[in-house]
Amino acid sequence: MTNDNLAISVRDLTKKFGSFTAVDHISFDVRKGEIYGFLGANGAGKTTAMRMLCGLSYPTSGTGSVAGFDITSEGETIKRHIGYMSQKFSLYGTLTVAQNLRLFATIYGMDNVAVKASMARAMHRFDMDGMADKPVNDIPVGWRQKLAFAAATIHNPEIVFLDEPTGGVDPVTRRKFWEFIYEASSEGMTVFVTTHYLDEAEYCNRVSIMVDGHIAALDTPDALKKKYHVPTMDEVFRIVAKDAKRAE
Amino acid sequence: MNLRVLGALLRKEVNMMKRNPLIPRIILGLPFVVLLVIPLVASFDVKDVGVTVVDNDRSQLSRRIIADMDATAELHVASVSSSFAESMEMIEEGEADVVLSIPPHFSRDLSELDVEANGVNAIKGTLGMQYVVASISNTLTRWRVENGLMIPDNVTSVVDRYNPTLSYRNYMIPALMVFLIIMICGFLPALNLVSEKESGTIEAMNVTPVSRITFVLSKLIPFWIVGLVVVTIGILVGRVVYGLVPLGSPGAIYLAAVLLSLVMSGLGVAIANKSATMLQSIFVLFAVIMIFQLMGGLFTPVGSMPQWAQYVTYAIPPRYFNEIMRAVYLKGATISELRMQYLCLTFFAFVALATAALTYRKRA
Repeated sequence: MTNDNLAISVRDLTKKFGSFTAVDHISFDVRKGEIYGFLGANGAGKTTAMRMLCGLSYPTSGTGSVAGFDITSEGETIKRHIGYMSQKFSLYGTLTVAQNLRLFATIYGMDNVAVKASMARAMHRFDMDGMADKPVNDIPVGWRQKLAFAAATIHNPEIVFLDEPTGGVDPVTRRKFWEFIYEASSEGMTVFVTTHYLDEAEYCNRVSIMVDGHIAALDTPDALKKKYHVPTMDEVFRIVAKDAKRAE
Repeated sequence: MNLRVLGALLRKEVNMMKRNPLIPRIILGLPFVVLLVIPLVASFDVKDVGVTVVDNDRSQLSRRIIADMDATAELHVASVSSSFAESMEMIEEGEADVVLSIPPHFSRDLSELDVEANGVNAIKGTLGMQYVVASISNTLTRWRVENGLMIPDNVTSVVDRYNPTLSYRNYMIPALMVFLIIMICGFLPALNLVSEKESGTIEAMNVTPVSRITFVLSKLIPFWIVGLVVVTIGILVGRVVYGLVPLGSPGAIYLAAVLLSLVMSGLGVAIANKSATMLQSIFVLFAVIMIFQLMGGLFTPVGSMPQWAQYVTYAIPPRYFNEIMRAVYLKGATISELRMQYLCLTFFAFVALATAALTYRKRA
């Protein structure tokens, strides 16, 4: 496998906060176009690792590249090639749906024509026609989730990072959200997703499970289930994470 | 820096301001309330000093002293008593501020008068005493001339330059505009930025390629405009309500207002950058702003501070703005006459903006 096929490549990535090692020498690769599930219990270091990949946080040690750029020295360049959706659906609540989308589209350097086109595409794809002038605070959480995904992918990034994108929404909405993820992936977007819902792990091409800052398991969901002789990812997770020491 | 992105971020700030009705209300309402109410209530002008007289003379002269005193604008005779104890009681009950004791046979001997003032309110006590002494000496001079004891003297003519009515209001209104810029342009950008931290939207910005200069400018520029709005309201209210017209050019006032807005908004953003929560930023800003208010020469002149404190005020940007405002408003000074003050403010503006940009971290 050559580097050209990798969207993300990480070696011995470590982040320490004082004497606490949040992420402890993790190494993994994510292929282009892959849906990569980044699992782990609360406090395992998922968000910290993801923040280093997105250029929000400097690694203490280790190397990595995202979209072909070095995560330590080219963080700002990486930001042109990725999208990021936080678990808080960080949108401007007092702005309307259209104002939020326009803001993010413009920030990614699109001209007026491209902004209009990408907004129209997003509104249509995410079934948000007619919602354009509603303030985000006034729309239901399921819509906000879709809008956050739309905003994170409005510039058609190479990789999209989703930090617990389905927190707090009902199973039907979650299911629907995964259809959007598949759609983005089928168009060639690499999806890096953290989640707490183990049924969602089944939808990923490959998953890794973080325990106490380490990657304790990494493979396709089927291979993991086979390895631990259990029928579901839920049980795989229980076995792998049972020795976790960090509490919430 | 990308102007299109800056434009988009500014539009976002304006749209958010429109959506939060409290902010425009504060920006427009606070200056009105402060300028309409504070000059009336917060005044050091000493007007109605009560005098209680212990008249042991009961002569024509002593009655004339009392009547003349009651006729002055600043004094009123609260009581005429026959014992000092009775007069002291008036002071203790807050009915009077100054005791004047006229000894027996005063009109015959022209012996010493005794004036005692209540020093709890030092300004009222000192000024009240002076008003009383001046009133008595007027009466005595006229009485002596009338009785051929003295040839009329060349009377000293007093003209109060720049603030001819010696109204504290005229000193106060320029200062209140400083106060408003400090409050509004310091607090609002800081709270705005910290609220983005608390809601997590700042992270959504940090993960985009937007440059930190562009982002910080989008937080600052609206408040430079707000600074101008505040000063405009100040000038209008000063003119319409108090008849106070700046002698110098409004341009000089606006230039200074923009510079101080730069300083305050830069400082507010820098503090917000270093604060994790709203509460933290409010407390730090409050401490800074209190020192700015009390040491900037707003309400008490820098010249009457101890020497060491006067040196400290050189590091307090509102000091320069204050000097500019008073000089332009009351003396009609020009920008070139005040270039040192403008230069110092410009220097602080640069420092504050650089600090705001440098303390903003897209990565931790």
